[in-house]
Amino acid sequence: MKRIALIGMPNTGKSTFFNRLTGASAKIGNWPGITVELLSAKIMEGTEMVEIVDLPGIYNVHGFSEDEKVARHFIENTDLDLLVVIGNASQMDRQLALVLQLQELNLPMVLLLNMHDEAQQHGIKIDTDNLSSELNVPTTLMSAKYGQGIQQARELIRQSLNKEKYSSTKETDTFTDDDKLEAKLDQLMNKCVSMPIEFSSGLTDKLDKVLLHPWFGLPIFFLAILLMFEAVYTIGTPLQDGIARLLKVIQETQFVPVIDSIHPVVQSFLIEGIYNGVGTVLSFLPIIILFFLCMAIVEDSGYLARAAFLMDAFMSKLGLDGRSFVMQLMGFGCNVPALMGTRVMRSRGLRLLTMMIIPFSLCSARLQVFVFLTTAIFSPQAAPLVLFTLYLASFGAAFLTAAIYKNRLPNSEPLLLELPPYRFPTVRQMLLHGWRETWYFIREASGYILLGVVLVWFLTHYPFDAVPASSETLAGKIADIFAPIFEPLGIDKLMTVVLIFGFVAKEIVLGAMAVIYAVNPDNLAGVVANTTTWIQAYSFMLFVLIYTPCLSTVAVLKQESKSWSFTAIAVAWPLFLAWLASFVFYQAATYIFGS
Amino acid sequence: MTLNLLQAGEVGKIASVAADEALKARINGLGLRIGQEVSVIRRARLGGPLQIRVGHTDILMRPEQANLIKLAK
Repeated sequence: MKRIALIGMPNTGKSTFFNRLTGASAKIGNWPGITVELLSAKIMEGTEMVEIVDLPGIYNVHGFSEDEKVARHFIENTDLDLLVVIGNASQMDRQLALVLQLQELNLPMVLLLNMHDEAQQHGIKIDTDNLSSELNVPTTLMSAKYGQGIQQARELIRQSLNKEKYSSTKETDTFTDDDKLEAKLDQLMNKCVSMPIEFSSGLTDKLDKVLLHPWFGLPIFFLAILLMFEAVYTIGTPLQDGIARLLKVIQETQFVPVIDSIHPVVQSFLIEGIYNGVGTVLSFLPIIILFFLCMAIVEDSGYLARAAFLMDAFMSKLGLDGRSFVMQLMGFGCNVPALMGTRVMRSRGLRLLTMMIIPFSLCSARLQVFVFLTTAIFSPQAAPLVLFTLYLASFGAAFLTAAIYKNRLPNSEPLLLELPPYRFPTVRQMLLHGWRETWYFIREASGYILLGVVLVWFLTHYPFDAVPASSETLAGKIADIFAPIFEPLGIDKLMTVVLIFGFVAKEIVLGAMAVIYAVNPDNLAGVVANTTTWIQAYSFMLFVLIYTPCLSTVAVLKQESKSWSFTAIAVAWPLFLAWLASFVFYQAATYIFGS
Repeated sequence: MTLNLLQAGEVGKIASVAADEALKARINGLGLRIGQEVSVIRRARLGGPLQIRVGHTDILMRPEQANLIKLAK
């Protein structure tokens, strides 16, 4: 089987092209000697199977960032039949430098100049025939986003693959020095590319005037995020209710009659354990999908880089930088990829400090719990506002942590970041991006969820003759041990058990509540509302927000920091902070509002 | 004269980059090469980063890094 690597600078639409080629069939895989997981897919190209690997975006083959090392290591140590270089057609002046560097690897190469549509709008003209013969590399223009020129690009790839494979030397030590490349670059630019002298990015400049406004930039940013959450709930909550009702109907009409005759313990296991537990989690899927769709829009639009611009001055006072803030925002989807995203930072202090604050980001799994509890306990008008205060608490905990630890994790990293023009993703891009994130979430979480609800059911029902979740059961005994710690927070024994399971993954929390209260998803809200005051519920939510998000996060903290002592602090400190925050809130609120 | 001394809207020509090799490689990769014209589009408040433009690329950088980029005067 032949193997192709896609390579290019960040923001060239490399992933968009990869998605075009491979559809949704891509898999995340491990490669020998590389700690980062790379996306790859096998597709039929002509008559044979070809494996395509998407390498991380790099600015410089000789660079020193983690991504650049990964790309270099991969190219040097993997058998490759073709290097497909993706360039941004409107930035030829610097993108060609990478092409010239890559040429020294002596690998068969194809150059695809993407975002041709944008280049045309800017009035940039590229003589691809001339460029192709000057470089001696097959070259074509395309727009991966809108699908123009994709056929020609595939044709070039196919032709290059069919050429006889020549043995490559792949000696990276023999790089010509960059000055010589520069002379060649200028020569190529003169011969093959014509750019208008006056560069105007039109719409992007106009949008930036508003969105990066010295006074209104930040308020607009937070308003935009708030509106996004509002939209997710306005659309998502009715869908979620619908699924919960549907599950109840299926349970009563289809499920119960079938298992009616089997042993009561098995029945309880199937209904109160698996069906209710998994069902409760399932009913939140619409909100998760919508959330990922919105995140996909924000991520692809170029607005995140603007967020880094707006927040950098503030973040630098906390020993962080604008990128830390962006990672924090990414963490609102899932903490795990956000933690891995810190690889772009080279200063260890900055990276570890950013990794300290990401777990406070209110991820989609915690969001499920909060959406459920806020709608169960508070009025429909108050619920979104309560949720908003939890987002504020999330930032508060992160910034407090950074302020406390910044001297121990000093940061001297320079900040240099490309600000891409604003782009609105196509519907296809949004769906694909959103779908992939959702699928990743389901795949990663479903095992935990199933295992979690089974375990919760067992602990709350064993011994089988005891009243479920009473103090005679295993769960009751565990809760007794922890009672002195959680009583001052207003968290009762049943909820304590939920918190213990929540340590494994927040995805389990709702399922565990359904199992413990032994009700189906449709009735859970009513039961919880009857047994919990708003002060208790908010104290519980604060604790859930701040303490360890899940075991996956802990595993990634260890994997990325390669330090047990850092991992221990990154787990212990949030536990302490969670307890303190809930304690202060519960005691103060009880004192002010009475119990 | 360094890039950091430019006001929003002003343009200069890069004369040299006084950074270590790793940082130089990145600055180069973003298109900030000697002889290129670079302009400052805006500066964030409270000593925040600069938005600069070289060729068709907009870049965000901190004043500390902008100070490393010397301009021909």
